[in-house]
Amino acid sequence: MKAGVVRFPGSNCDEDAFNAVADILGQEAVYCWHKDHDLQNVDVVILPGGFSYGDYLRPGAIARFSPIMQEVVAFAKRGGPVLAICNGFQIACEAGLLPGALLRNESLRFVSAPVRLRVETIATSFTSRYHLGEVITVPIAHGDGRYTADADVLARLEGEGRVVFRYVNAAGEATPSANPNGSLRSIAGIINDRGNVLGMMPHPERAMEPILGSTGGVALFNSLLDSLLTKVSA
Amino acid sequence: MTRYRLSVHIVPRRGILDPQGKAVSDALHSLGFAQVTDVRVGRFLVLDTEAASADAARDAARAMCEKLLANPVTEDYEIAAVEQA
Repeated sequence: MKAGVVRFPGSNCDEDAFNAVADILGQEAVYCWHKDHDLQNVDVVILPGGFSYGDYLRPGAIARFSPIMQEVVAFAKRGGPVLAICNGFQIACEAGLLPGALLRNESLRFVSAPVRLRVETIATSFTSRYHLGEVITVPIAHGDGRYTADADVLARLEGEGRVVFRYVNAAGEATPSANPNGSLRSIAGIINDRGNVLGMMPHPERAMEPILGSTGGVALFNSLLDSLLTKVSA
Repeated sequence: MTRYRLSVHIVPRRGILDPQGKAVSDALHSLGFAQVTDVRVGRFLVLDTEAASADAARDAARAMCEKLLANPVTEDYEIAAVEQA
């Protein structure tokens, strides 16, 4: 598997994503500069966290017009897998790869903390290695993570099993107090209708080793790897 | 071409929770401004542009809002003023 980690001015989780692929998975990883049009024949694109373009105007609003994003959108339209984390999720929504928007946290505070997520579907190429309903711990670090979409979009996401992760408490319940940012339906991650673009506010790439406090993200990267190997051999 | 100065207001759409607006509303109430029923906090942009006419300047600003300046999912915009600069 060759993963391309996109680097925007202001990305700050690019090295974590690179580390997850190269050092933990032992797969090839390359950086893709925002001004380039070359995706370097990668098998998967990672839009990492950070504050691309200083979050000016709105998070992700400027980044979506960068040269590399034209290639990422075309790659996604061809069915290429895209993992959009945190600021990457915001960019993917602005680019129209995913429905909805991420707004200022309801608390108006930046929240940096480990959170519990319930895996809502394992029928995706990003979650096949999890158990359905499994509760994992993954950190969040954002000020604008409140997932918002209109009622029709929410109904579609729920009806089509496209809510992938939800914020929950220790008992696995999606309660208001377990929701760190006021996201509608406690949504932490969603997938597009074709199933190849996953957007999530939590950081699986920062939950890859016990020393980081959690290994809840490992199965996500391994699921992705599995799906690509299956595709090659099929 | 004439120079125009445009004022653009962008606010969170009604029905979408605006925690900043709510915090400001609560603060106004605590100061005794009980008559305030709703506050929305948005952005105010001033654009200096060149255009053939005021209408053309307004149309261009609308296109800018649709494409970049406002998020069509969560925000409403209004071209509040077009003046010769």
